Amino acid sequence: MANFTDRLKEIFKALSPAKVGEYIQESQIYRSVFRVGVPDSDRKRMLVMLGSVFLHLHPVKVRKSGIRMRYTWCMGGITFFLFLSLTFTGLLLMFYYRPTLEYAYVDIRDLREQVPLGIMREIHRWGAHAMVIAVWLHMYRVFMTGSYKPPREFNWNVGVILLVLTLLLSFTGYLLPWDQLAIWAITVGSNMARATPFAGHEGPGSALMKLGDIAFVNNQSDARFALLGGRFVGEAALLRFYVLHCVGLPLVAGFLMAIHFWRIRRDGGISGPL
Amino acid sequence: MFIKEIINAITAPYFLITAAAILLLVSLKYPDRFYTSKSGGIVFACMFAFLGISMLDPNFRLIVTKPDNVPIVGMLFLVPFFTWFALREAVRNDQRIAEGKPLVEQEETADKVLTWPDLVYTELICMVVLTVVLIGWSMALQAPLEEPANPSSSPNPSKAPWYFLGLQEMLVYFDPWLAGVVFPGLIIVGLMAIPYIDTNPKGNGYFTLRERRWEITTFLFGFLILWILLVILGTFLRGPNWNFFGPYEFWDIHKLEALVNVNLSEYIWVKGLPWLGYNGGLPQNAFLREIFGFIVVLGYFLLIPPFLAKKWFKGFYPTLGPVRFHVMTFLLLAMAALPIKMVLRWLFNLKYIIGIPEYFFNI
Repeated sequence: MANFTDRLKEIFKALSPAKVGEYIQESQIYRSVFRVGVPDSDRKRMLVMLGSVFLHLHPVKVRKSGIRMRYTWCMGGITFFLFLSLTFTGLLLMFYYRPTLEYAYVDIRDLREQVPLGIMREIHRWGAHAMVIAVWLHMYRVFMTGSYKPPREFNWNVGVILLVLTLLLSFTGYLLPWDQLAIWAITVGSNMARATPFAGHEGPGSALMKLGDIAFVNNQSDARFALLGGRFVGEAALLRFYVLHCVGLPLVAGFLMAIHFWRIRRDGGISGPL
Repeated sequence: MFIKEIINAITAPYFLITAAAILLLVSLKYPDRFYTSKSGGIVFACMFAFLGISMLDPNFRLIVTKPDNVPIVGMLFLVPFFTWFALREAVRNDQRIAEGKPLVEQEETADKVLTWPDLVYTELICMVVLTVVLIGWSMALQAPLEEPANPSSSPNPSKAPWYFLGLQEMLVYFDPWLAGVVFPGLIIVGLMAIPYIDTNPKGNGYFTLRERRWEITTFLFGFLILWILLVILGTFLRGPNWNFFGPYEFWDIHKLEALVNVNLSEYIWVKGLPWLGYNGGLPQNAFLREIFGFIVVLGYFLLIPPFLAKKWFKGFYPTLGPVRFHVMTFLLLAMAALPIKMVLRWLFNLKYIIGIPEYFFNI
């Protein structure tokens, strides 16, 4: 009997969290995934930054003042994190949503009423609003610390384009629920395109865009028509906005984000006093 | 109630925008009085108190708790908070510069720290907190879903998504081709031009106000007054027919506001020139009719820059060179066009400076 309890004690000892952790960390599988192992020494802490595709976005060492929250406000990071969560929740929403006049609204309604724990749309919508605010505040911080000054001029420009893309992403997504809020907001917004100088049929100079009697810019060939794929916000507009929202704009934004992050490193890391 | 009526009255666009602009400029003039921990505490306590007490009012509650407006309520606090925060840091740094001490940022700049764990863990905590906030927010508040889309019945007011409401607010003062196309384009171009126009080498990588007073004042005026404030105005204070409604006012669809706006051409040909003995009324030819408007607009964009180069911006011109200088003054004049048109509208009911509706060319 005593023998048995001793064996039990031995087994429990071997199964203590520290031992199990050690065992896992020494296993071949773990070593194959995390080359460096647990970063418990400065050398390993440096190697871990170099070895991971995600972490290598960061330098191995950073200026202490550059990572303080009161300096960066963390807004760029928050924006990126929101972009990732929006990509994830957006992907899940795509399983349930069909961008046609027949189904769009019904699918969103079913998402709310039929899908258990269906808060993906909520996370997506509130995350999108938060991302717009976070981008604005990021721009605000970068301006207030003068971080657009040389050598970071170009990266500021990339950032401005990313800000515009964020607004466009939010704008295209606004139409997709296909409720009254959606189509009238997009109608008000896209009506502006009708007044584009030379390219909109109610814009100044559009009357000049003609050859003899043939007017090139009318309500079926102007900037608004190109945006909506029709004369009003209808099926074609829904499909266009869907494709731009789910594929076109995120691709461009992702591409520019890669440049944006790369240039932070190349331009000398997070800004700080020279 | 009496106080409510006062608040309804002082949130009218002409008062709100003017007061905010004056407050901003004065606070930037005396930053060490305005951007202190104490004043910040008082202001935010007042803002929370205002929001809390106002929630008792049904009209106020209706508009503030609209699901899509909740983030804008958040922004109403976040943007002033970060303005106060950034400028408080700037004031501290300016004091240190004056005393010859190193900057807040500089004190720690010498030592570099390992990214793992210092930065990676901060990011991890940030992500966890943000995830919790997002999930909590999403469980507490359902995303809005209204009636199915109906192209034949437009809601009143029809509003663009909230981040474009600043542009929609501009439609009060300018036609769509300016408010919806040209100005947004210029905002983007102007933002992108900032690093190339601003040749001041100081203030790179730390908060400061004294070393960059001119840039910061201009940017804050554009960002806080002409962008954020107009978004807030368009969201909370514009109701049916885009009429102004105070925060405690019921959104009455039948509220009428007299449209008494007059074009510049009418002011001159119909009201002004008769004093000189001319009684012919408006000329038939549109370009002749609007000749004074063209003179004003062209003069604004062509004559003011050389004047500025000789006079107020005398210091800028040699350092910037002609190209930078003219790009900068054009962008500044374009930005100033909005508040100028606002003031002209409020004071003189001026509708268009140039009004040629035949060609959709109204300024």
